[in-house]
Amino acid sequence: MTATVAARPRPRSAGYWTTFAVVVGLLLVAPLVLPPFWQRFVTEILIWGLLAMSSDILIGYTGMVSFGHSAFFGLGMYGAAAALLTVKPPSLPLALLYGLVAAGGAAVFVAYFATRLRDIYFAISTLVFSQIFYVIIFTWTEVTGGENGLTFSQPRLSILGLWSDRFTPTTFHWFVLAVVVLSYLLVRRITQSPFGMVLQSIRENEPRTRAIGYHVERYKIVAVMLSGLFAGLAGVLYAMQNKFAAPDFVFFVVSGEVVIFNVMGGMGTLVGPFAGAAFFLLLREGLSRFLTEYYLIPVGIIFIIMIIFLPQGLLGFLRRRLNT
Amino acid sequence: MLVLENVDAHYGKSHVLHGVSIEVRAGEVVGLLGRNGVGKTTTLKTIMGMARRTGGRITFEGRDLHGVPPHGLAGLGIAWVPEERRIFRLLTVLENLRTGLDRAGMTPPRHNALLEKVYAYFPILKERRNQAGGTLSGGEQQMLAIARAMVLEPKIILLDEPTEGLMPRMVGQIQEIVHALHREGVAILLVEQNVPLTLDAAGRVYIMEKGTVRHHASAAELRADQRVIHEYLGV
Amino acid sequence: MDQIIIQTLHGLVNGMVLAMVASGLTLIFGIMDIVNFAHGDLLMLGAFVGASVLGVTGSYWLALVVAMVVIAILGALLQITTLRPLIGRDPLTTILATFGVSLVIQKYALWQWGPSVRQISAPVRGDFNLFHLQYPWYRIATAVLAGLIIAALWLFLKYGKYGIWIRATTQDRVMAQAMGIPVPLVYTAVFAIGSAMAAASGVLFGPFAGVTQTMGFDFTLRAFIVVVVGGMGNLGGSILASIFVSLLESYAAIIVSPAQAVIVSFVVLVLTMLFRPTGLFVPTPK
Repeated sequence: MTATVAARPRPRSAGYWTTFAVVVGLLLVAPLVLPPFWQRFVTEILIWGLLAMSSDILIGYTGMVSFGHSAFFGLGMYGAAAALLTVKPPSLPLALLYGLVAAGGAAVFVAYFATRLRDIYFAISTLVFSQIFYVIIFTWTEVTGGENGLTFSQPRLSILGLWSDRFTPTTFHWFVLAVVVLSYLLVRRITQSPFGMVLQSIRENEPRTRAIGYHVERYKIVAVMLSGLFAGLAGVLYAMQNKFAAPDFVFFVVSGEVVIFNVMGGMGTLVGPFAGAAFFLLLREGLSRFLTEYYLIPVGIIFIIMIIFLPQGLLGFLRRRLNT
Repeated sequence: MLVLENVDAHYGKSHVLHGVSIEVRAGEVVGLLGRNGVGKTTTLKTIMGMARRTGGRITFEGRDLHGVPPHGLAGLGIAWVPEERRIFRLLTVLENLRTGLDRAGMTPPRHNALLEKVYAYFPILKERRNQAGGTLSGGEQQMLAIARAMVLEPKIILLDEPTEGLMPRMVGQIQEIVHALHREGVAILLVEQNVPLTLDAAGRVYIMEKGTVRHHASAAELRADQRVIHEYLGV
Repeated sequence: MDQIIIQTLHGLVNGMVLAMVASGLTLIFGIMDIVNFAHGDLLMLGAFVGASVLGVTGSYWLALVVAMVVIAILGALLQITTLRPLIGRDPLTTILATFGVSLVIQKYALWQWGPSVRQISAPVRGDFNLFHLQYPWYRIATAVLAGLIIAALWLFLKYGKYGIWIRATTQDRVMAQAMGIPVPLVYTAVFAIGSAMAAASGVLFGPFAGVTQTMGFDFTLRAFIVVVVGGMGNLGGSILASIFVSLLESYAAIIVSPAQAVIVSFVVLVLTMLFRPTGLFVPTPK
């Protein structure tokens, strides 16, 4: 009926770590064997996957659907842009900092509403927020470049100021991979912790969790903050990969796509979002060759069919195994 | 006419009914007694398709109710007067009645005749016919709930605790109505906490405890030997 | 001062169109708890169908009627295929499903009618004079027509036999079923009605700004806002809220650009959700 709180997690199976190692290994090797286009593609999957994973913290674990992740993502992007444009030489750590702070600020704002609104109202208000940010960014042309966005140069990878070098697509890919893997492990640690168990308990039955004595509001606030920060991180990475920031990414459709990745891949699994992102992007890639921009028609239909018949998503069957 | 054979039911994961067997023949008034929470209302809800029947069979006039959608029961002749009455609060008294009156095969003469009949039983409803259901008193709402069932011209009425929360004077009125319906040939499955009323109105009585039927006797027998009632209901 | 009068008229006219859109949305939400993300896209599709019919027949009124009928049927089909299977599931799945439908409809419209803007010419030309100002007759006619359609809906709900079924089902689905009301059919019918109203809004709004694939989203967003501000499921409230919000936006457009004026409605939404979550125009629940 309802999940009891704080079941101690069993030690992860060897199977899990083996699969993990294999996947990471493949991703490490990818840029060396793939042609440039697919190389970029894999890097992008990682970034979008990170964004979708951040959303999974809310949707899959806390049970709060958010249509506002485009705001966090976009602010991460523009934050990084701000750092890379205003501080010379362009500094990687500073880009990260600015992006995370911007996204974090938005997260605080959204978190406030998260505690006062439930379900549908929360979803609608996140949608509205992402649109507010979109409008502000789109119209505040002096600062944000409006419709055209901002372009800037990629920062160099520097380690403790001792050694610095430009990124190549390969080394950038490894950098992104490292960030994503670390993020994944960190978020996984968090969701497996007692904190994470409480989040899941909130998803299962909020009134009961509250009745047991947990400050549901505090947990929700932290969940939103975490989600927003990792989404912002994804935005920073995206900005660095593409060297531009544009308002399109703050438009709510991005949030919608993120939710699609979550649903397709499997909510509440953390790896599901990556699978969902890969699935969607591959479908898009494949179908757009024949259908150009109309790829969304079959993809949309697939999405709807999955909601009806496969609501747990591609990897949803792993949810139990991955979370206990 | 209405037969429950060994019925099990679940609400979510809770197993709430165990092997309940009850029969109501045409034109009979059958009582269902028991303490609070033993499953009397759940039994009615299971017949109406609101609790999940997980075992046994429910048939009406020989027809298995298994595949029948919830909105098909009224057409078969089964009417329900729920415990909470469930008046459509924002609809007027007349509109409440019309939810049952406006059905396939209804002609204006029959429509008016049924309306007049119901108003004859419950003059207060005629008086308040344009008032919103939510503004009626508890007793009036109960009458409306029964009237609403009556306009369906049912073969059986599932009557759930009609006297709950009513003043003694109204209890008497309900008793009369049950008698009148019985005289008309409508079968009634009466769930009640009010033992004297049930024993007076019903021919046979089932007594439930912990989700199952424990005792079954004629009302006369139960009137004669009050020990059984004491045992199960502590009255 | 002139600006204010013009903007007031704009606000009222836009408010009436929005009210028609919102009525459909709130009707659907009130009865089956579905937040129809695709509502604005049904509006858009209605506008395109209307534009096509107009192009073929030259009759605006025929275009309006055909658009309403076609989209009503489409709406019914959508409800039966994608939303009925989801009854009983987490309500957020319906938001996701209708979001998916929205994407498909948008791209379909792009495929079917191409990216250029379609025109629907107004059936009524000329301006009318208010003091020394001129205001297009057509816009006034739109507001009046929208008002008539909403009034027709209201009368249907209040007095029609099926109107009673719809209201009963909205209030207590289970009891409605017990009374023999075929609730699944009622759901489909309500979705069809809501869709028809969206389509009508699309055709009425068409002459204002042309018909494009993306015109739907703005309406969906505003309609959501208005439905929440007016009280979810509350028809009268959403109509009042539509006019209220549209007026505010119109006035705001005097000061800031129209693109930014939309923030006004967002702010109203946020304030409402924080302080009067049941709706601004709903009496405080006891």
